[in-house]
Amino acid sequence: MQKLGKPEGEKKGHTIKSGIKSMGKNYQLYLLLLPGLLWFLAFAYRPMAGLRIAFYDYNIFRGFDGSTFVGMKNFVDFLTGRDFLRVFKNTLMISFWQIVVCFPVPILLAICVTEMKNKAISKLTQTATLLPHFISVVVVCGMVVNFLSPSTGIINLILTKLGFEPVYFMVQPQYFRGIYTGMTLWQNAGFNALVFIAAIMGIDPQLYEAATVDGAGRFQKIRHITIPAIMPTVVTMFVLNVGKMVKVGYEAILLLYQPSTYATADVIATYSYRLGFENGNYGLATAVGMFEAVIALVLVTLSNWISRKLTDTALW
Amino acid sequence: MKRKKEQGRVIGTGERIFNGGMAVLGILISIVALYPIFYVLIASFSRPLYVENGSVMFTVKGFTLESYRQAAAKPGIWLAYANTIFYTVAGVAVNMAFTTTMAYALSKKKLVFRKFFTLLTIFTMWFNAGIIPTYLNFRDFGLLDTRTAIILGFAVNTYNLIIMKSFFEQVPYELEEAAFIDGADHFTIFFKIYLPLSKPALATVGLFYAVNRWNGYFWPMQLLNDETKVPLQVHLKKMIVDRVANAADAALVTPDSLSSPTTIIYAMIIIAIIPMLVVFPFVQKYFKTGLTVGGVKG
Repeated sequence: MQKLGKPEGEKKGHTIKSGIKSMGKNYQLYLLLLPGLLWFLAFAYRPMAGLRIAFYDYNIFRGFDGSTFVGMKNFVDFLTGRDFLRVFKNTLMISFWQIVVCFPVPILLAICVTEMKNKAISKLTQTATLLPHFISVVVVCGMVVNFLSPSTGIINLILTKLGFEPVYFMVQPQYFRGIYTGMTLWQNAGFNALVFIAAIMGIDPQLYEAATVDGAGRFQKIRHITIPAIMPTVVTMFVLNVGKMVKVGYEAILLLYQPSTYATADVIATYSYRLGFENGNYGLATAVGMFEAVIALVLVTLSNWISRKLTDTALW
Repeated sequence: MKRKKEQGRVIGTGERIFNGGMAVLGILISIVALYPIFYVLIASFSRPLYVENGSVMFTVKGFTLESYRQAAAKPGIWLAYANTIFYTVAGVAVNMAFTTTMAYALSKKKLVFRKFFTLLTIFTMWFNAGIIPTYLNFRDFGLLDTRTAIILGFAVNTYNLIIMKSFFEQVPYELEEAAFIDGADHFTIFFKIYLPLSKPALATVGLFYAVNRWNGYFWPMQLLNDETKVPLQVHLKKMIVDRVANAADAALVTPDSLSSPTTIIYAMIIIAIIPMLVVFPFVQKYFKTGLTVGGVKG
């Protein structure tokens, strides 16, 4: 054992020396790395240093010197404030519907698309469901808002024709989660199905042939071949989605919500946004954002660990 | 042999029903997915009276281009359009310059601390400072209300960087080795070997960036105040999300009206998404490549 250890130590010294030598020889490699690296430091890591605003009663015009250090006060204020429960619950509820509806649908869609024997229809389905993903969030929200308009929106025109009273969907909190879930489903189902389609395409066709010989029907093949084969992908994606639970699409929510729907629509990110940019309370707003980011990091790390335990596939 | 052939030909009734059912399902899903866009399209070409009494559902009624004429005459829309084209072209150029160089360096085993640098980039996918520190960072650099902020501030997307790096890692090492023996340096190898060999990868990542640039809304909205600098999405937000046609507008629509706030909004939506619809087939072609290479692995 000791004899083995020694040469290894020598080898290490050798690598360091040759490492420095290689750095000199490959200096151009570092020149190529430099612009990107500087970008990351300036635009991704420098803001992280700005997170200390969360511990100040921060005055945007006076900077750190003119602001008072308040320790954990901002976090305590948020966690004990009257809005905490609302925004925390809304964040989780919106994520809950994302996981219950927007997660399984792409899997079903992928199975359907790959089961279609008519290639033209299969291609059409894939293209049609992928298309909405390329439309901007502003346009999608614009469509939602105008379709749901009580006087001229198509949804209410249909409701009126069927003999119902028109509903002002956008101002009533009970509809918000449904609208948001439906909208994201329409926009992302085809895109999210891609990874599952790729997984199904990767299944060995001989498995299906063998099952045919054994007299298995299509449903049996889906149940006993397709689903078990894509299970690792499903588990990985599921865990990943749970990991992203506190990160909801604030961009779309900011476009769709209004004070009358805050009861169900206001999430941690939008709350932080308003505290900062509308109330000018940058310290508290940063603390709220940091609370979200830290929980997200913990959830992602945890879910990655679970994914590795369950399926041997992990993100890192 | 014979048996196999027979099995290929014989399709049971159950199988036939299943295939028929899947075809119908596929068509239904496609209709549901495409209908919202289709509706906006037909409504934008129809007379407001028919749109607003609900008789436009599947076809254009009372064809008119007036909504497009009105939409095109709105102040600011073409300037915003031009801004978006500028941000997309200049932005993607900057994106590609930063992304390819960094991806090349990170794909090389010779790079000392390669793991550390890679982790440094990937970490930003799981943790970021958030909206307010990011905004204040732009402010510290004096970049508020500048085009530079939009173009330089979003020069690298970590996900695209990883895709590019994975592509570069697949370039056979022998090519590079041979070039080294011939006395080539990294710059030569990067420009003369890697870039020409990675055209599909460049197209994929370039299109990803272009779509993001074209559709980008939040940060341009947050960082730009000057009306003459805002891109199309920010401009559209005011026109189509904030200004929902209301009951008062509807009351103004007469049988003779050729356009109304609603139909103008629909025309604007079509004007805004046409470029995406045009590039979409190309994007779709490259999408799967990008996804399988960059993959779930990240």
